[in-house]
Amino acid sequence: MKEWRYWLAEQRGTLLAFGIFIVMFAIYSANHPAGFTANVVQTAANKGVLLAFVAMAQTLVVITAGIDLSVGMIFTLTNCMASWLVIGTGLETAFGVVAVLGTGVICGAVNGAIVIYGRLQPIVATIATGAVYFGLALLLRPVPGGSVNEDLADFLTGRFFGFVPASLMALFVVVLIVWVPFSRSELGRAAYAAGSSETAAYMSGVPIRRGKFLAYTLAGLLAAIGGLFLTFFTYTGEAAYASGNAYTLFSIAAVVLGGVSLFGGKGSAIGAIFGALAFRTIGDLLFVFDFDPLWQPLFQGVILLIAVSLGAFALFRVRNRLEWFL
Amino acid sequence: MDGAAPLFRMEGISKRYGGVRALEKADLTVTAGSIHAILGENGAGKSTLIKVMAGVVAPDEGNMTLEGRDVTFASPAAANHAGIVCIFQELSLIPELSVADNIVISDPPKRFGMIDRKAQRRIAEEALARAGASDIHPLALVKDLPLSRRQMVEIAKALARKPRILILDEATSALTAADVAKIFGVLKRLREQGLALLYISHRMNEIAELADQCTVFRNGRNVASYAAGSKTDNEVVELMIGREYSHIFPPKPARPQAGTPVLEARDLSWSDRLDKISLSVAAGEVVGLGGLDGQGQRELLLAFFGVLRGLSGQILVDGKPVSIASPSTASDDRVGMALIPEDRKTEGLMLPMTVRENLSFAALDRLSKAGVIDRGAEQRLIDDMVGLLAIKTAGLDIPVGALSGGNQQKVVIAKWLMRQPRIILLNDPTRGIDVGTKQELYQLMRKLADAGAAILFYSTDYDELIGCCDRVLVLYDGAVKRELIGAEITERALIASALNIHGDDARAGQGESA
Amino acid sequence: MSETTLGGIAGRMPKFIRRADPAVVTAFACIVVLLLVGSLYSRSFLSPEYLLQQLKVASFLGVIATGMMLVILLGQIDLSVPWSVATGAMMACAAAAYGPVGVALAIPFGILCGVAIGIVNGIGVAYLRIPSMIITLATNAVAQGLMVVYTGGFSPQDAATAAMRYLATGFTIPGVPNAVIIWALIGAAMVFVLTRTSFGRAVYGIGNRERAAYLSGIDTRRVVMIAFAVSGGLSAFGGVLLAGYASKAAQSMGDAYLLPSIAAVVLGGTSILGGRGSYLGTVAGVILITLLQSILSVMQMPEAGRQIIYGVVIVVMLLLYGRAPASR
Repeated sequence: MKEWRYWLAEQRGTLLAFGIFIVMFAIYSANHPAGFTANVVQTAANKGVLLAFVAMAQTLVVITAGIDLSVGMIFTLTNCMASWLVIGTGLETAFGVVAVLGTGVICGAVNGAIVIYGRLQPIVATIATGAVYFGLALLLRPVPGGSVNEDLADFLTGRFFGFVPASLMALFVVVLIVWVPFSRSELGRAAYAAGSSETAAYMSGVPIRRGKFLAYTLAGLLAAIGGLFLTFFTYTGEAAYASGNAYTLFSIAAVVLGGVSLFGGKGSAIGAIFGALAFRTIGDLLFVFDFDPLWQPLFQGVILLIAVSLGAFALFRVRNRLEWFL
Repeated sequence: MDGAAPLFRMEGISKRYGGVRALEKADLTVTAGSIHAILGENGAGKSTLIKVMAGVVAPDEGNMTLEGRDVTFASPAAANHAGIVCIFQELSLIPELSVADNIVISDPPKRFGMIDRKAQRRIAEEALARAGASDIHPLALVKDLPLSRRQMVEIAKALARKPRILILDEATSALTAADVAKIFGVLKRLREQGLALLYISHRMNEIAELADQCTVFRNGRNVASYAAGSKTDNEVVELMIGREYSHIFPPKPARPQAGTPVLEARDLSWSDRLDKISLSVAAGEVVGLGGLDGQGQRELLLAFFGVLRGLSGQILVDGKPVSIASPSTASDDRVGMALIPEDRKTEGLMLPMTVRENLSFAALDRLSKAGVIDRGAEQRLIDDMVGLLAIKTAGLDIPVGALSGGNQQKVVIAKWLMRQPRIILLNDPTRGIDVGTKQELYQLMRKLADAGAAILFYSTDYDELIGCCDRVLVLYDGAVKRELIGAEITERALIASALNIHGDDARAGQGESA
Repeated sequence: MSETTLGGIAGRMPKFIRRADPAVVTAFACIVVLLLVGSLYSRSFLSPEYLLQQLKVASFLGVIATGMMLVILLGQIDLSVPWSVATGAMMACAAAAYGPVGVALAIPFGILCGVAIGIVNGIGVAYLRIPSMIITLATNAVAQGLMVVYTGGFSPQDAATAAMRYLATGFTIPGVPNAVIIWALIGAAMVFVLTRTSFGRAVYGIGNRERAAYLSGIDTRRVVMIAFAVSGGLSAFGGVLLAGYASKAAQSMGDAYLLPSIAAVVLGGTSILGGRGSYLGTVAGVILITLLQSILSVMQMPEAGRQIIYGVVIVVMLLLYGRAPASR
């Protein structure tokens, strides 16, 4: 038996997303007026990384066969919060960062508690909590404003060694300290197991509830990291309803592009990251080809529609029609 | 091993589902270093017993002791922890995870708090080797494996937990003869290592080869325990059937001259579950489907009803080929078919909806003009049906879920009779209902046949097939293995052909599953 | 079982109370409480003029929530409401710019655009079996994209037709706003469909157990598809009315209707898992939400507070009624 085949099969979704991203980015940079320069890469990275964080958050919940429609609002709320707190001396800034991330964790934990222990459907529960988080964001920033520790912001959005975008490095670090341990932990596996088959997981004595709870909580944390970076890029906080909603929506698109199954149990956050980067690049392709930017929302919507329809092809293999109704 | 103190003991265990008693003060004693076979008909309470043992369901009463200490299991995990591991009939593997992930799922090896993949791989390979399934790659995903391989993984998974009591519930049902031989070797070795094994199987020859001790269950209680080999197969079958258990079946009419068949199948095949099935059912005839559970009987009924895609072969109604692509074509007037499905709670009824709504649900197209329901006509038809089937309900506007199991099943049947079907398919309609209602259903079935309906009747209860059917087709591995007509339909013939052994020349049957 | 004792007590009550869902009763009780609280803030709160004004505002939400309810009864959800509303409004106003024929066809055209969105949703859910929340999010994005392209990113310039304004703000019966009459008509039609037609029975059946409905010979996919089409059409019609109310369409006019329409349906006792709920409950939910909004604005509660209170109220109500059964 060939080892690499199993590895390939397991990583197929991720590799496909990676492939799409590479192709798209090649087309993008080849047609970019400035060409493939450190600047172009940095700008693209900074835009892509935001969605990548939110998509990672969405992945964790989707793996459990749930969905988090409040990720975009946690992202917005933590952005508003960071525009108040992540400022001042080093110590004050550090405290601010901790507070912002802690808020994300709490938001995620609240979602998890309502869904798992309150036994509500994830979709309605997170729409409702999303409203609460957006309300809190509005309380913090009724009008756009605020500021952020610019030294930290510039450091994390700039470049290392002149060509490595710092935001990409940050994403890499987050993957290493959040995703990798999660995916290899017992609770992470429980989250996968619960998403794939909750009955089988229960029969096998897997800690389903704790696994799912951890997934929702970490999703909050990741969305908060995204919110923090948004503040670093924009230097301000803004409770923008449309943008929060768009991030939620795009995170689902990125997750699907990244090979994560919406039915749960399958996929990885790495795939979702490439899905996010690919999605962003596809959206930006319109610019380099001099399309009217007005077409961008439609273009992204159509890509989303196609992405979610792709999964339906498995349906044509179903031979017992009762399986439609599982 | 004589004189050994019991490792595990269950006393006075009862469990009730709704109004049905699944277990009634059952006892069981398990000793270390032996293989204990549990026998019984379908629905005798074996499955419930082991679910209680494995912590999947909580018993209503009774107590369990492990090494003399009282124990209760709040979850399967708790039972596992105490050393009781069960290999369930319905597989407990997680499809999207790899074989190795599944084998260590309940207690993965860890390094620095993370799962140690190398160690996991090692454990999995060891366990697979012990189960004699080294051909399975530990990195393969479970969903990509065929059923027989999955069952081997399931066994390896159980072994990896280092159990003290290992329960195998029909664990060999999907295995090939070669795999069964390997598993038997493993089980015998485990017995030498001092494990207690509980073995549940319908295959008499397997039990004869393996077991040290046997316990027979009937109607939710243990009726006999004996040392293996001390009773003949005949005596065992008698114990399983029991003598006090008898039904009043309506008299069968003299065997009618075979009229033109209303429903016919020619070489019907589907996936690997149905294998060139040909049969015909004439008007006025009750044709039974027999065999062990899961030999393709359900699929056959679903195939007729238009649920399965990719069927090959032909279905004929009134001698003319028809193509049935959905239950709505199956039930329209041209075909006139009705299916009483397997599970009334999820397939037959909408439990929270009212009796009225459920009764008229399948006949709405007949009861409405331009989509508007004629409530007068609905009421008349419902009154007829409630009268005909003597459905006992506190009213038509209470949720159907509040009725007893037997009355629920009557509602399922009544809702189809409202269409006056010519072809009636019944999928184990008496499962979990009381004896009185069963008798009413037998009478009804005969009455419908006398009125000209063609009835195809699958039952897991051999008595019913004997008492109700004019003919019985016994299925094995998706194919019709034997047709029993009239007086040929006996308990012995049914069991023998279900096990795919012919008469008394006990030809080993398991090697034939391909 | 407590059901028997409950039944015994209930047996002595009048029929309409006996059959009432506790959720519906609670929702109406909450309405009474809100009215009392509101009257503490302002004397005029209980005046007929103010109440009729509230009912008029509620009728826009009522029309939209009617479609949402149909979809939720199936155990699905329609998240394309925001841009179905906006599309209906914009397309109706756009048609009005094309001469007298356009003016005449403005309202049907707007509704038809919503139906089209609904059909795409329906195909996705019923035939491709894509989870409804995903496909409806996607069609919402596509509808948004189309509208952005159409308007060029600016506020649309076309104005609502006189007919649209008349439907939303006029009076056919003195004292009763037309919008309220429209809601009443649509509501009556919905009650009829749900209780008296085979389509309505099929909707409840599918919501309870699609498997059983399918095995009973119902073409469940067609029913699901039609329900989504109706939901899209009613959302668009809501948009048409809103455009008539404001005299023009606006980009994000539908955003404020997604959460309230789901909330109204769920607070009215319709199970989010489908199969259970009455239109009376939805009426109560719509009025409840509208009054809540009104009181919050009378109290001069900022948008932030309203969002938070919405979210919390929905979660709390769901925890009271909408929980899935325990697994063991």
